[in-house]
Amino acid sequence: MSYLEAIRSALDALRANLLRSVLTMLGIIIGVASVVAMVAVGAGARARVMDQIKSLGSNLVIVISGSVTSGGVRMGSGSRLTLSEDDAVALEREIALVQLAIPTQRGTAQVVAGGLNWSTVVLGTTPSFLEAREWELSAGRNFLPEEATGAGKVALLGETVAINLFPDGGALGSEIRVKNVPLTVIGVLARKGQNMQGQDQDDTILIPLTTSKRRVLGSSQANARAVGAILIKIRDGEDMDLAQQQIKDLLRQRHRLQATQDDDFWMRNLSEVAATRDASSRTLAFLLAAVATVSLLVGGIGIMNIMLVSVTERTREIGLRLAVGARPRDIRAQFLIEATTLATIGGIAGVVLGGLGAHFAATLADWPTLIRPEAVIVAVSFSFAVGVFFGFYPAQRASQLDPIEALRTE
Amino acid sequence: MTTALISVKDLAKDYKLGGHAVHALRGVSAEVMPGEFVAVMGPSGSGKSTFMNLVGCLDRPTAGSYSLAGEEIARLNGDQLAAFRNRRIGFVFQSFHLLPRATALTNVELPMVYGGVSRADRHAKALKALERVGLGDRHHHRPNQLSGGQQQRVAIARALVNDPSLILADEPTGALDSRTSLEIMTLFQELNRGGMTVVMVTHEPDVARFARRVLKFRDGKLIDDSGQSPADAAAMLKDLPVELEAA
Repeated sequence: MSYLEAIRSALDALRANLLRSVLTMLGIIIGVASVVAMVAVGAGARARVMDQIKSLGSNLVIVISGSVTSGGVRMGSGSRLTLSEDDAVALEREIALVQLAIPTQRGTAQVVAGGLNWSTVVLGTTPSFLEAREWELSAGRNFLPEEATGAGKVALLGETVAINLFPDGGALGSEIRVKNVPLTVIGVLARKGQNMQGQDQDDTILIPLTTSKRRVLGSSQANARAVGAILIKIRDGEDMDLAQQQIKDLLRQRHRLQATQDDDFWMRNLSEVAATRDASSRTLAFLLAAVATVSLLVGGIGIMNIMLVSVTERTREIGLRLAVGARPRDIRAQFLIEATTLATIGGIAGVVLGGLGAHFAATLADWPTLIRPEAVIVAVSFSFAVGVFFGFYPAQRASQLDPIEALRTE
Repeated sequence: MTTALISVKDLAKDYKLGGHAVHALRGVSAEVMPGEFVAVMGPSGSGKSTFMNLVGCLDRPTAGSYSLAGEEIARLNGDQLAAFRNRRIGFVFQSFHLLPRATALTNVELPMVYGGVSRADRHAKALKALERVGLGDRHHHRPNQLSGGQQQRVAIARALVNDPSLILADEPTGALDSRTSLEIMTLFQELNRGGMTVVMVTHEPDVARFARRVLKFRDGKLIDDSGQSPADAAAMLKDLPVELEAA
């Protein structure tokens, strides 16, 4: 008997007891469906995290001016500008692992264009900032070197700002005013979306650091070179931990800190946050695998149970088949194929149901979902394996029946 | 001289039942020539069913030898035995043993499924076999849509479909009324006249009289082996008064 025929006759047998077959499959269906749905949600969440990491720019370390203790009162991060542009220059020059070190100054300001205004984050920085953040321009150009050093009255708008100030377009070349300083829009940044804290990364404008210090946000009176933060891009493929250690050592040395003193800066590795999230989704995946195993096990036992009942019910049929020339292995194959067909159909139904569930979650709860083909393949082949595993014993029992006894059964 | 189709010599079969050995057959020797119509008779416990199972290659003897169509059965392994049953023997049972969900046609095709016959050939041969038992127009009916006699005809078609050397019938009329029994016996006599060897187990003398030879068993031994001139089932069927429909 060919496999195709065997499967067809298995389908006939399963159809003869449709309700029972469906109920038996239910264990597998529910198991596979829940796993597929949850994996889809998990994979979607993970994909979102990965996107966010990418949108932050990979291999980034941010050093923020740290807290100062004044008379026993710790002032919190950024309370004094302990970092300077010279630190940035030194980092880039002295640490081989550092590709770029970009001083930044940050503040909020009301930006006015024509009759519209918008409060946003003003970031004073250098032209390399875009490269470090892997941020493209959707229109226009980056700061020119002379604009960067010479406090050029230019600005790059984040997409959100551009939309709010220039709803009809035409931002490029227009004039905006920030703290009464007229600036020309020379570029619009490509969309980055939200970061992991849910902040809109596109709600910002970039201006040259010199412009920011001299004209817009102003500079510290104690140290005109001071900056709030330095964004550091580590060379691709280099050890982030080692790089961070070297940065820390260099900054402590430059700031003349004693071994007993705390750092006067904070350092954050942007992918650390993402890694934590990734780890938690990994835990979730393990949990899912456990749930899947249990539910498939239960489903498999259900299949074994029903197949044993079926063998008992069809003892006469087995006897007849043996009498007319079926070999024991033909009988075994018949019941094994029935069990695997049952399990595989259950698996496929489970995938479909799980896919629908994930789609539902995606549309109703606005969760990102992602059904990966390998998850589907694994689910279906796992169901198949469950069918083989739990179908074998009943099939083996069927094949070992004595034809005389079997024919005599009422 | 033609060689015997069935040749058994000192055939014995013991069973173990609750620790006791039961001697179901105690040395039976007999030969059946091709084209014979043999009835095997005896009360229950006489060993006729055991004999039938052995002849049908469903069981192996404890002692003695059995050869069917020149093949020594003891030398065949399980798979060869299955193939041998498939090609050489057509079984007809008291309770028909049809697959309840399958059509008459599919039921008749079943032995050919295990004989490795292609789908198209199976179809054609099964149809021909059904026509031969007078059910050509019923091939799409399921067993529960057929009368008892018709079901037994389907079973006979199934037994014939692989052109076996031997039809082995176990109480083929046990579940049928007398008129239908006569119809089935008519069919057997027709097949036999066409050259088919028929061995039929029965405990009813009424049925055994249609055979040309009767083997009588008692206590595991063959006690009588005699030829007879058979009754003509077709003629008797004709003489039966016409039944009132749905009386």
